[in-house]
Amino acid sequence: MSVISRRDLLKRAGLAAVVPVAGVDVARAFETAPPAAAAGPAESLVAQPQREPREHLTAAESDVLEAVVARLIPSDEHGPGAKEAKAARYIDRALGGALASSRQAYGAGLAALDRYARSSRGAAFAQLSPADQDSVLIDVETGAATGFTGSSAAFFNLVRTHTWQGTFGDPYYGGNANFVGWDLIGYPGIRTVVSAEDQRRLERHELKPNHQSAYDTEMFNKATARADEEGLLRRSSRSAGSKAGA
Amino acid sequence: MATRLTDTDVVVVGMGAVGGVAVLPLAQAGIEVIGLEAGTWLSKRDFAPDEIRNNVRDWPMAVQKANGEIPTSRATRSAPTTRAGRHPMMNAVGGTALHYWAQSWRLNPWDFKVVSETKRRYGASRIPKGSTVEDWPFGYDELEPYYDKVEYEMGVSGQAGNLNGKIDPRGNPFEGPRKRPYPMPPLRGTDFLEKMAASANTLGWHAFPGPASINSRPYQNRSACMYHGFCNQGGCHVDAKNSPLVTTIPRAQETGRLKVVTRAHVTQIEVDGEGRASGVTYVTDGVEYFQPAKVVLIASHTYENIRLLLLSKSKAYPNGLSNNHGQVGRHYFSHHQLAGVSALFPFSLNAWYGTPAQGVAVDHWADDNFDHAGLDFIGGGNLWVYSDRRPIAAASGSTWNRAPNWGSAWKAFIKENADRTNNSYLQKTTLPYEDNFVDLDPVAKDALGLPVCRITGEYKENERAIAAFIQDKMEQWYRAAGAIDVTKAPLGGAMGPSTHAYGGTRMGDNRETNVVDRWGFSHEASNLGILGGSVMGTSGARNPTLTAQALSWRTAEHLAKNFNAIASRRA
Repeated sequence: MSVISRRDLLKRAGLAAVVPVAGVDVARAFETAPPAAAAGPAESLVAQPQREPREHLTAAESDVLEAVVARLIPSDEHGPGAKEAKAARYIDRALGGALASSRQAYGAGLAALDRYARSSRGAAFAQLSPADQDSVLIDVETGAATGFTGSSAAFFNLVRTHTWQGTFGDPYYGGNANFVGWDLIGYPGIRTVVSAEDQRRLERHELKPNHQSAYDTEMFNKATARADEEGLLRRSSRSAGSKAGA
Repeated sequence: MATRLTDTDVVVVGMGAVGGVAVLPLAQAGIEVIGLEAGTWLSKRDFAPDEIRNNVRDWPMAVQKANGEIPTSRATRSAPTTRAGRHPMMNAVGGTALHYWAQSWRLNPWDFKVVSETKRRYGASRIPKGSTVEDWPFGYDELEPYYDKVEYEMGVSGQAGNLNGKIDPRGNPFEGPRKRPYPMPPLRGTDFLEKMAASANTLGWHAFPGPASINSRPYQNRSACMYHGFCNQGGCHVDAKNSPLVTTIPRAQETGRLKVVTRAHVTQIEVDGEGRASGVTYVTDGVEYFQPAKVVLIASHTYENIRLLLLSKSKAYPNGLSNNHGQVGRHYFSHHQLAGVSALFPFSLNAWYGTPAQGVAVDHWADDNFDHAGLDFIGGGNLWVYSDRRPIAAASGSTWNRAPNWGSAWKAFIKENADRTNNSYLQKTTLPYEDNFVDLDPVAKDALGLPVCRITGEYKENERAIAAFIQDKMEQWYRAAGAIDVTKAPLGGAMGPSTHAYGGTRMGDNRETNVVDRWGFSHEASNLGILGGSVMGTSGARNPTLTAQALSWRTAEHLAKNFNAIASRRA
């Protein structure tokens, strides 16, 4: 079963050649998620033996973010969570595009969160027990955590919102790996045709998840639509300002 | 200096839901039309079922010209001004009708006669204080043939409830009489929608499927709806949503008399020495063009219609085109669509696939369908329950104070409840008031440096009283269907920018209080026509698009029949 087309993956992982993961098939590594049963809560806390290449976050930032999303949507008896969905990969990629305006907030927020973990709980966030990690996150959520630029609660909401997107959004954007988010909430998948019989099967709980991304078909133009590229706003600002703009 | 282009009969500003309709009767009548559109051509390949792009990142709206001209808003003259992050409307051939819900209601006959009917039934004292509401210059019967025209020419699915005065219990018993049934049967139901309809019956209310400008079966060689679930803020991948892009515009082009110019950002309506519209100036890629025309029709959304007039200052119109009576921007109101009611059920609703126009309505508490004698408001609301759910929104919804907002307990909650919630859509009568209006913002500018619109407005006592009343009815309905929890949103304060924006160039016979006459032409510049919600003086309790399209067809037909007179008449 292909999560994201292999071509897209290889294109996205274009930096594989310069990342020291010698001998590892990057595409396969992305596609392989731990089985739900094996990924108990404790397991997500062991130090990662191998980190996926990141496009925008530093290794240190990535470690903290991975640990945070793993607590926001934990892997537990209800199945895999945000770590298995690769929500952090979604966020990392988006920080170079649609979420670029949040890049600075992530750098500052993740650093502040880790500093707060060390000063208040005595260890890097990623090294704390799940219970301590949760207690740190409660402080961050309620705005009680110190050392943040502005309110820690705002940073918490930012990460939580993006973690949702990275867990329940289309896998095309790098998250919801193996459709773990959609399976969790019982979404049966992208269908370009839903017949009356499909609806009846859904109502009888007989409609099986199809594990399709919107872009698995060749029906749709990908990523940024033509309208965005040709948008008048950009054109008019370009013509009004410098040619190099936009 | 603008490049002067070749003269044309009619230039239409905006190829959206209304401009895209007007071009067909004009072109079919042999009139040469140029349609200017700020956006581009999109196709079904652009409309992927992608929640991140469509709903999270607001792709349909976050592009092009409109996002540079987001109106500012404030509740009152002394309240702080804020500016939303995105524009409610989009630019493209087909306009916002590409991604709208496509609910295609006719107004109730009462909506045309709010003042006279209220006086007749309850007395003059019941007109809310400070309201500038007027009767429309004509009644429902005048518009009925044009509703019919648009329903058939574009394609609307639905169930008639009043055929030539004969009530059909399968439809809306409160609707105005229609000459013909809808051209297509209603969109299909679901178990949950049927359950809601049955629950309405237990309350003695009548539920019925709503009308949609979406094909319930193949129509005009286009596909039926595929119910894929991404219609809300998304375009149709099989051309089953009947925007002008796939209906009236291609047919007008087939006549050879419609030329559509895209990426044309109109900045000014020009006038001649006699105060008549002479054409429009637009900018493409930084180059200015002047398109002369015998007749100008502006067909942007309400905000841009108002802005274009206010920006078009001249010797004849020092306060903006057609504004010598100070009425441009007055009688503005955005539809009170807020103050919703949500419910949590103890069972799955199976709402993953469907479209927001696929639902059941209750109209007992709308318009003047019930006795207001003992109540403190006039008008009412339409109750609408529909099928619409997407994964990110479902997962990030309320936990109803039954679980925390993250962690294992949250996860267990959404695993069980992601498909168990429902949001109703409650559209409520909204009236114009003396101190609600649109003008130009003194500070905020668009990408070209031109001021954007500023909304000054708030929902008044009448709107808030309706909201409270309707919320109770909706809660009653949900509880009857087995909801275990119900929440109500605040009754509403400031009027932010809205897709349902009305007034600002109101239609009426009195030129002292209205911008356009009963045919949609300016009282001051008589070869200038205005199309869209900006001419509507009342909202009713339902979506405006079909009414705006019927009015657009009527204005265009009037122009086609009287072209020489309108093209040459003096102000």
